[in-house]
Amino acid sequence: MEIPYTDKARPDTGLYNAKVGIWLFLASEIMLFGALFSSYIMLRVGAAAGVWPAVKLAWPHHLLNVPIGTFNTAVLITSSVTVVMAWASLKMNNFRRFRMFMVITILCAFAFLGIKSYEYNEKFTHYELRLKDGKAMTGHLEVNGKHPGFWSPSDLWNLPRLTSSNVTEVKFVADPMEGHGGHANHEEMTVKVDEISHLDAFIPRNHTFFAIYFTITALHGLHVLGGALVLAYFTFPGAGMWKTNPEQFTNRIEVGGLFWHFVDLVWIFLFPVVYLL
Amino acid sequence: MSLKAFHVVFIAASVLLMTGFSAWGGARWRATGDVVDLGWCLLGGMAAVGLVVYGRYFLKKLKHISYL
Repeated sequence: MEIPYTDKARPDTGLYNAKVGIWLFLASEIMLFGALFSSYIMLRVGAAAGVWPAVKLAWPHHLLNVPIGTFNTAVLITSSVTVVMAWASLKMNNFRRFRMFMVITILCAFAFLGIKSYEYNEKFTHYELRLKDGKAMTGHLEVNGKHPGFWSPSDLWNLPRLTSSNVTEVKFVADPMEGHGGHANHEEMTVKVDEISHLDAFIPRNHTFFAIYFTITALHGLHVLGGALVLAYFTFPGAGMWKTNPEQFTNRIEVGGLFWHFVDLVWIFLFPVVYLL
Repeated sequence: MSLKAFHVVFIAASVLLMTGFSAWGGARWRATGDVVDLGWCLLGGMAAVGLVVYGRYFLKKLKHISYL
């Protein structure tokens, strides 16, 4: 039995099956990301007044790298342009141009993920330090002459682990007080472990900001990865359908492009909310 | 909604983002006087104008493709 409307649109709705399917799926995705955005806003407006880290429960501001975030935004906007150009190339029967634009789209996706990994590395190697005398600061840690690294979870330090590892003192390079990434000098100090009241990296367990930041951006990153893999399949092993059923193949690219646009649109909302405000 | 229509929505959202980004840079520049913030303001403004120009080009190039 042949399934109707896989390549031709249904006359009364003007839609083929896959387009109805992708929009239903995107509606569920809007609810998923909508719930996470709402959580972010509720956590933020409910945070204590004051400046973090001096006030433990205040909301951290300007922790994220705006130049990198801006560059990643440009990368995703470019990928949206190239994916729609790939689809338009198929509409104009130009398969070579389609493949060229799809390759650029996939490269943009992996560039985005690579840059995001670099940003995660910055956070996982950055620490919040509180001393028993009430001082609080952020900066980079050195334990036993080694800087903790992103790719080795055993490098993540906190106070219980320092104590159980019989570490007596650590080196700490504090950030300038006016903010992160500033041009002022970083103060290097040696801190005795028994003077520390709290030590943890910028990881989800440390603060609700990091918890919601990593949840939303990692979920978005998984969508980018999934979308890139599907587009790569259409570009290379799945491209044979162009010879047997070009209309259905073009529809597949359109559906893939709709998903890709949704993923990029999420970032268009995410970037100002998380990086700028 | 076709990919063409969704792309137009996406470009419109991007123009709004870049306009807001430009305003954010401008507000920070007025507050801090840092030339980097002025750079963000100009970059955001140029990106917004560039996206509007691209949007017009896109609509012209794909005028034969349906919005549905």
